[in-house]
Amino acid sequence: MRYAMVIDTLKCVGCSDCVVACQTENDVPIGYCRDWVTENVSGSYPSIELELKSERCNHCENAPCVRCCPTGASHQLNNGIVLVTADECIGCGACIESCPYDARYQHPDGYVDKCTFCHHRLEKGQLPACVAVCPTKCMYFGDLDNQNSEVSKLLKNRKWKTLAPEAGTKPKVYYLI
Amino acid sequence: MQEELITSGRNIPNIDPFLDIWHWPISVYLFLGGLAAGLLFFAALITILKKDKEYPAAVKFASIVSPIALTLGLLALFYDLTHKIYFWRLYTTVRIESPMSWGAWVLLIITPVSFLWVLSYYSELFPKFKLNFKFLKKFESFLQKNRLLMAYILLPLSVVLGVYTGILLSAFNARPLWNNAILGPLFLISGLSTGAATIILLSKSTKERHLFSKIDLGLVILELGLIVHMMMGMYAGSQVQLEAMQLLIGGEFTMMFFGFVVILGLIVPAILEFLELRGFKIPVAVPALLILLGGLIFRFVMVEAGQITRYLY
Repeated sequence: MRYAMVIDTLKCVGCSDCVVACQTENDVPIGYCRDWVTENVSGSYPSIELELKSERCNHCENAPCVRCCPTGASHQLNNGIVLVTADECIGCGACIESCPYDARYQHPDGYVDKCTFCHHRLEKGQLPACVAVCPTKCMYFGDLDNQNSEVSKLLKNRKWKTLAPEAGTKPKVYYLI
Repeated sequence: MQEELITSGRNIPNIDPFLDIWHWPISVYLFLGGLAAGLLFFAALITILKKDKEYPAAVKFASIVSPIALTLGLLALFYDLTHKIYFWRLYTTVRIESPMSWGAWVLLIITPVSFLWVLSYYSELFPKFKLNFKFLKKFESFLQKNRLLMAYILLPLSVVLGVYTGILLSAFNARPLWNNAILGPLFLISGLSTGAATIILLSKSTKERHLFSKIDLGLVILELGLIVHMMMGMYAGSQVQLEAMQLLIGGEFTMMFFGFVVILGLIVPAILEFLELRGFKIPVAVPALLILLGGLIFRFVMVEAGQITRYLY
């Protein structure tokens, strides 16, 4: 079992519905977010390209945040999801410093918080909140170890990229391009 | 043209627009930790070499500073934690891969030993304030007998502590300025140099001052070499490392780094120490204080500049 998210940048319109859905589902404090949308403009007029991406924790295979955590509060489940146990976290900030995606933040209550791939919804057989609400259905979620899963098939048939692969983290959020 | 914006309006405190999770307490701790490591290293080394009668400041007077520095440093670290009541979680596990876990455990051992070290010199340091309890006197003489053992414990641990202050930063590959292996030795050498400077400040004998001036001069030259080494490594590095280096060379930290750390904190005191050794009349406190100040500013520059460097956005 290896959970991964695949996001189709050609279908994303940058509505930020995923952001709001996450904030609502996970009670994210006001002013904070576990996912966000970036707009990347490249080229010069008239040949300009626009790429929209919904970004979040990449649940890296080689997670630097898990490696750096001095207490083991940051840990990785067998299915690849990286989680933080709030009452083991001392709020030292090492994991925040170690994340090339700046996907973590200090919760106003002190501990470090981040995207969980909506672990609590997966246990009930539901999709992550961001994936479930996406109005253009540009987000896919599933098991990479299963050759026949939607995400595996998309990655086989489409061109894709990951963010900052040079950081060596083996991120598990893929962007179709 | 290439422009990237976060359109969903992300503006998380201390994360956006640039990372600022680690504030001044971390820089202060890195300085104090390095200083204590340097002081304890010299105290232990001189005791092991059985030269403790000739160099009283190194083993005795300056070693009062190390437990104070460690205590203040630990308080600074604790102050910077945001989930403070769970700090004890550090000591329910040993995480081999996490430098911070290494540091926490080393500090747990080295801090009490540094207190015991000072206690073993108590009657020589504070002859006016006698230990009035029998068990305290017994404990002191027990410590005096085991001073060599303490020195053997302190020598390796002080090196680990000194290296750890650098490794703590270099373990983060997400921050290109920090992510170079030379930072461990560089912080160790800088810590030893600040330790030697403190001994020079507190020493009353010319012989001891001259020995530590020589040691400090060597360490400063080594440190300058390591800084050049760091820059060469960065210049031969990837795009993110090149951008990181530009903060120090021609960027917003240039004045702080070259002006205050390299020139005022290393080159000027090195020249002054050299002239002083050659017989010129220069108060030794001047280069020593410059070294200490340069070491402190070096930590601030590295911690603040490092957090600005990143891969994305």
